[in-house]
Amino acid sequence: MNLLRQLWRSSLGKKYAMALTGVALFGFVVGHLLGNLQVFGAPELINSYAHFLKSKPGLLWGARLGLLSCVALHIVAAVQLTLLNRSARPIGYAGGSAYGSAWKSRYMALSGSVILAFVIYHLLHFTAMQPGINGVGDFNKLKTTLAGEPVADVYAMMILGFQVPWVSLVYLIAQTLLFLHLSHGLSSLFQSLGFRNHVWWPRITAASQIVSVVVFIGYASIPVAVLAGLGRDHAQKAKAALSSQPLESPESSIAGVAKEALK
Amino acid sequence: MKVTLKVWRQKDQKAPGGFQIYQSPELNPNMSFLEMLDVVNEDLAGRGEDPIAFDHDCREGICGTCSLVIDGKPHGPHQGVATCQTYMRSFRNGVEIVIEPFRARPFPIIKDLVCDRKSFDRIQQAGGFISVRTGSTPDANSILIPKENSDLAMDAAQCIGCGACVAACKNASAMLFVSAKVSHFGLLPQGQPERHRRVTAMVQQMDEEGFGACTVTGSCEAVCPKSISLDFIARMNRDFAVALLKGGPKKPSSGGAG
Amino acid sequence: MATLNSNIPAGPLSSKWEKHKFTSKLINPANKRKYKIIVVGAGLAGSSASATLAELGYEVHNFVFHDSPRRAHSVAAQGGINAAKNYQNDGDSVHRLFYDTIKGGDFRSRESNVHRLAEVSVNIIDQCTAQGVPFAREYGGLLDNRSFGGAQVSRTFYARGQTGQQLLLGAYSALCRNIANGGVKSYTHAEMLDLVVVDGHARGIIVRNLQTGEITRHNADAVVLATGGYGNVFNLSTYARGSNTTAIWRAYRRGACLANPCYTQIHPTCIPVSGDYQSKLTLMSESLRNDGRVWVPKRKEDCKKDPREIAEGDRDYYLERMYSAFGNLAPRDIASRAAKTVCDEGRGIGLTGLGVYLDFSDAIRRLSEDRVRERYGNLFAMYQEITDEDAYKTPMRIYPAVHYTMGGLWVDYNLMSNISGLFVLGEANFSDHGANRLGASALMQGLADGYFVLPSTIATYLSTVKPRSRAGTDHAAFREAEENVRMLTKKLLSCNGKRTPASFHKELGKIMWDYCGMARNKKGLEKALQLLPALREEYWKNVQVLGEPNGWNQSLESAGRVADFIELGDLMCRDALEREESCGGHFREEYQYTPADPETQQGLVNPGDVKRRDDAFAHVAAWEYAGAGRAPVLNKEPLVYEEVKMSTRSYK
Repeated sequence: MNLLRQLWRSSLGKKYAMALTGVALFGFVVGHLLGNLQVFGAPELINSYAHFLKSKPGLLWGARLGLLSCVALHIVAAVQLTLLNRSARPIGYAGGSAYGSAWKSRYMALSGSVILAFVIYHLLHFTAMQPGINGVGDFNKLKTTLAGEPVADVYAMMILGFQVPWVSLVYLIAQTLLFLHLSHGLSSLFQSLGFRNHVWWPRITAASQIVSVVVFIGYASIPVAVLAGLGRDHAQKAKAALSSQPLESPESSIAGVAKEALK
Repeated sequence: MKVTLKVWRQKDQKAPGGFQIYQSPELNPNMSFLEMLDVVNEDLAGRGEDPIAFDHDCREGICGTCSLVIDGKPHGPHQGVATCQTYMRSFRNGVEIVIEPFRARPFPIIKDLVCDRKSFDRIQQAGGFISVRTGSTPDANSILIPKENSDLAMDAAQCIGCGACVAACKNASAMLFVSAKVSHFGLLPQGQPERHRRVTAMVQQMDEEGFGACTVTGSCEAVCPKSISLDFIARMNRDFAVALLKGGPKKPSSGGAG
Repeated sequence: MATLNSNIPAGPLSSKWEKHKFTSKLINPANKRKYKIIVVGAGLAGSSASATLAELGYEVHNFVFHDSPRRAHSVAAQGGINAAKNYQNDGDSVHRLFYDTIKGGDFRSRESNVHRLAEVSVNIIDQCTAQGVPFAREYGGLLDNRSFGGAQVSRTFYARGQTGQQLLLGAYSALCRNIANGGVKSYTHAEMLDLVVVDGHARGIIVRNLQTGEITRHNADAVVLATGGYGNVFNLSTYARGSNTTAIWRAYRRGACLANPCYTQIHPTCIPVSGDYQSKLTLMSESLRNDGRVWVPKRKEDCKKDPREIAEGDRDYYLERMYSAFGNLAPRDIASRAAKTVCDEGRGIGLTGLGVYLDFSDAIRRLSEDRVRERYGNLFAMYQEITDEDAYKTPMRIYPAVHYTMGGLWVDYNLMSNISGLFVLGEANFSDHGANRLGASALMQGLADGYFVLPSTIATYLSTVKPRSRAGTDHAAFREAEENVRMLTKKLLSCNGKRTPASFHKELGKIMWDYCGMARNKKGLEKALQLLPALREEYWKNVQVLGEPNGWNQSLESAGRVADFIELGDLMCRDALEREESCGGHFREEYQYTPADPETQQGLVNPGDVKRRDDAFAHVAAWEYAGAGRAPVLNKEPLVYEEVKMSTRSYK
């Protein structure tokens, strides 16, 4: 505990916390991307993957709580450091400032805030499935069968979701900011944790750029592909189902989702 | 040539400051920036006005006394030099030049463009040394040091303690300064016995002084008159982590006399 | 008359220091902490002395006018530091370093002091290495050396072009350690403005806080001055702008003798003055003369031409012409004086006519531009930064500049001045370099004095002082000294004149450079001795000091310093006039070798070389203040050479 207290008290320790939680969150970003890319396969592929996740509530909630605490730690450290940084220069410069700084580095708080806002939207959109914010209808009603068992039709939900142009636009903007955040954050975490020297730094920055671009392309490809026509037929059928069923659903709140997951 | 100066004037630490505009007398492009200020000050004195206070001493880029943020960049438009090595030919005839002091909470302003950098001394006093008493030393060649390490230590040791890194950083972070000091000693065999104590104490003092944290923007490296590398910051981050993980020293076990 | 007892220990030269250390009194550790020592200055000598005295257990108070003890002008030394380590197995030894230094000083330094310097030089390198000074190394991990300043052995240790800064950072780190553990109390932005002498003993100082203007009294059992040289008396020099004579001058006015003030070293390869706004001269490494050829046009008319358009036959390679054996590598003083001679003839180049060419075109043809770049790239870049000229394309312009003063407060073997309890270290004292300092020896002396000599010799004095018997700051002498400082400040601020201290400083510099610079003569010095009192008189009538006594006031700071420089200039001219001989850096035109002299005919010297007069001037000239408006008193300490025979310093 003494170690943790010492860590948290020092500005370097908080940077370690940001770097380590950054690693965890980046791991999630990659894992989540790999899961989502299954949308390019048959509908059963991603639906069975989603069903698998839901069938392991312990694992799912463990991961969710872990991620949530990483997000919290990342944000609290960031806020505290930002306050410290602001107080370190009470009066700014009139003749311009931040000479020679990498421009992405100057917008980490902004890109981070936008990503946070997006994550909240995304959770409401696809996890809590709030009907009012998706421009389509109640995703809870999208059901299909998998090996005879009724399951949520995640595939249809994604296709229908991204067929709404402004929703896709929101996602693309968020991915752009995630790209900016990662392209500075990924290499910087090596710096914060001390893994850098004159030989490795150019390699680290190059690799960070490449990885950030790959992540961006991966995520952006889904709304783009959907707008270009991916899964249009499947979605058509699902949409029909959506309008034929009654609108009310008892399980449309976050609490409802949680209850269902815990069943 | 002539220039217009927009200069920060502040009577003392507590007084509020503000910009004043001055027209320079006729200048020679071969003047150094500080000589230009000398000339402007002579002109002000001729009119009975209080000269602009600014810090300077060696005027050859090594003592680290001169400061100034010139048009938003500490030490003026060029890289790898200090303000005293900046010449008026780097400015166009007739331009307005904004001159400000180094700004950071741990560098309070004494007057006009002069700031107080004693916080750097306090950081050094916290651990920036190798504890060796005069006269108690082995022959200089008894410890071999690989040339690469010695050269790298020299790269770090070049720091002139001017504080431009702090002035440039958007967070007013002193990481480049502290890491240069930590690395200079940490890279040499003589510095090993106190390596972890040193980094812990110096970082703690840095935090206590109120400097900001590093967000790896690279400004410090870009304005450093000795072009000290960000690599040293990573090295300090590593040393500090190892020091924390290792923990403090064990209490000596009891027993002794008798 | 002051009593000058050099206190040189008896016995053979090589065992004097050992013997002295053994016979000196020791102070018991419990008593050491009862002694308080004031150290003024934190360059190499001041920092190293403060740290070492604190380690021994004394209560040390260190004062600097800078914002940090790390900024002293020792940082600017580039070349290196000498030590008789003989790591290169090239025949170096303590005795050889001793002899080279004595000879380099033109037999005007004290044998015993110089030998001690050579002895402790080896400890300095050990000490600094242990502190983490990153000296240059070879691939095998051993320390590297180079030959420097014309020495025939490679005994110079260096840290890139920053040896001074690295050594100072070593001493500063030792100082920091002792500040942290309470051994040293550090006062920054604290300028010493007077010395307090109680019953003939130095017992304290009066200090002005440059930030607040507050004037405070500080008492001690001994006062150590390590405040550097006074070359800024010339206004333009390679010194830092802040370097000043105030501490030693005020000590002089309290009775400390100032020895050999006219001994000034002028370095031949500096970047010339470009205009009257200039504040500083920058040194270019002497190594450039290894490959560069020095010349001026033969005809005055050609001086303003583009040098590349001047035909080979119209160029005067004057060093090669006048000193065929040494050519462009002629010693510093010779090269400097020759440059002055050709410029005085009206053949100087550049806008001001005060400059000569250092031409690399032959070297570039012979070696290729890349090889020249490899050797001197950083120097060429520095030159371009300052002058905006590309020395690969057009010759460099150089001119001599003041960069060290060998004179300083008189001290005995223990580094104590003629005022008991007042010790003087480093460039501020006169002791080790005679009439000329060798390259890479200034760093050595500063650290020798601070780390090894003073900490041992100060005990001899302190053992005569009863612990905790020092006068309190309420003593009348403190009151008087503080009053003196306040009066001076008031007087400066109330002059309400028309000229800034800077303009007086410029005028003083010009007088000093013209009449007491590289070449001096009776007529010129007498002229200067008329001009300087007049300048002093005008100063106190017409100086303009703006601002308030309280708070940061750079105008007031420099006003006090310039006032002291004017008085010091007067004393330097007196000393130069009195010393009717030439030696080392002191060149009296009346005393030079002519073709008729036997030494010239034997080929030992060239016509125009400095001619010593050992029969009449083998002494230290220690000047003593006699009160305002009265001529200072000259005391002489004869220089007795027991081991070395004084000989003609031959460059052939």
